[in-house]
Amino acid sequence: MAEVVAVIASTHHPFYYRASTATGEERPPFADEWVRKVEAFRETLTRARPDVLVMVGSDHFHQLWLDNMPQFLVGKAPFYDANFYNEEREFGLPRMFFTGQEDLSSYILREGIDAGFDLAFSNELRIDHSITCPIITLRPQNDLPIVPIYTNIFAPPLPRPSRFVQLGRTIRQLVESWPSDQRVAIIGTGHLSLELGGPRQFGPHGPDPEFDRKAVEWISTGDLEGCLSEVTLDSLHLPGNATHGFMDFMLMMGVAGEGRKADYVDTYDLFHTMEAYFTWYPGGRP
Amino acid sequence: MSKYLLNKFLFTVDRDPELVERYREEPRATVEWWESEYANRILGCHAGESSTWLRFDDVEREALAAHDYPKLFELGAHPFLTLTLFIAMFERDHPPLGFQTEYARRLSHMTLPYPDIAT
Repeated sequence: MAEVVAVIASTHHPFYYRASTATGEERPPFADEWVRKVEAFRETLTRARPDVLVMVGSDHFHQLWLDNMPQFLVGKAPFYDANFYNEEREFGLPRMFFTGQEDLSSYILREGIDAGFDLAFSNELRIDHSITCPIITLRPQNDLPIVPIYTNIFAPPLPRPSRFVQLGRTIRQLVESWPSDQRVAIIGTGHLSLELGGPRQFGPHGPDPEFDRKAVEWISTGDLEGCLSEVTLDSLHLPGNATHGFMDFMLMMGVAGEGRKADYVDTYDLFHTMEAYFTWYPGGRP
Repeated sequence: MSKYLLNKFLFTVDRDPELVERYREEPRATVEWWESEYANRILGCHAGESSTWLRFDDVEREALAAHDYPKLFELGAHPFLTLTLFIAMFERDHPPLGFQTEYARRLSHMTLPYPDIAT
């Protein structure tokens, strides 16, 4: 059976690419420390020597639209183009191209549906920055096949937080039962407190540093019980109007397992939002 | 009232570089053209199978025609769509992050709970 060699949860800050590649007067003062932290985080994936990446993210109204909106969708294609015109325009992100691990996509779809998740699928999916950002930070050589999994954290009605956790647990079980000898890393990205298009956006810190502190504590200690006892679809409006992306972190806590302390934790307090990086090694630290 | 149609306008304009510029320069004419020619297109269907019933009400049409993004927020348009498109149109006229902070300031009268964005 396949082995889950690393579980990684991260924010996906679309400005990292531009900040990290800028030079001279264009380079922001926080870039050097940010690059140092990201390179240390990258090493936690490199050390696990993965063959395949399962990538959990959320389409930001790029390909998925309100006339036909899936809650959870698995890409099943041999290849994926990536990044969209408005991400080039606003964030300076490059166009990218991925190879798909199509047999694992098929397996997750078949077994996931049988496990109680009516997963949507796409045979022609263009990937956006929720998945390309962690490739840029964690695997910039982009040399591994992927299985993209999208969640709806964006267009209500949304699945509840507990459903994200259940899906995370199921993804872990499915990858570990995949009849293959591949080494798989499961990587998911979301947000801590975040406001977009509202009065609390683009402040000197994330909109709710207290929520961020608690969130980092929940994730780093694997405290799913505590997290689920406080986080609801309604409560997530309070820390910032885009904070429902935190449910992708909860999904990754489900992948990692209840009570499972993260083996690597780092954060970086930036304007607008706090960066947060977590790695678990299910089989022990490599 | 149709939050869905407001969002559809923001979504379809934002993804098309020519429409972004057209909406920046001629907002009222672009909104009128869009409502007449584009509002009823089902994005995954060919033109002969468009919808027949989608239109803005007067408040929605005026908010779009006036580039009135605080009003769009109050009407429950999706804040991510509004922000992304308005950054595309107006960030260039401000110093770095200047438009984003002005945007926040112009919404500073809004308190929790924010208008419902469910469609």
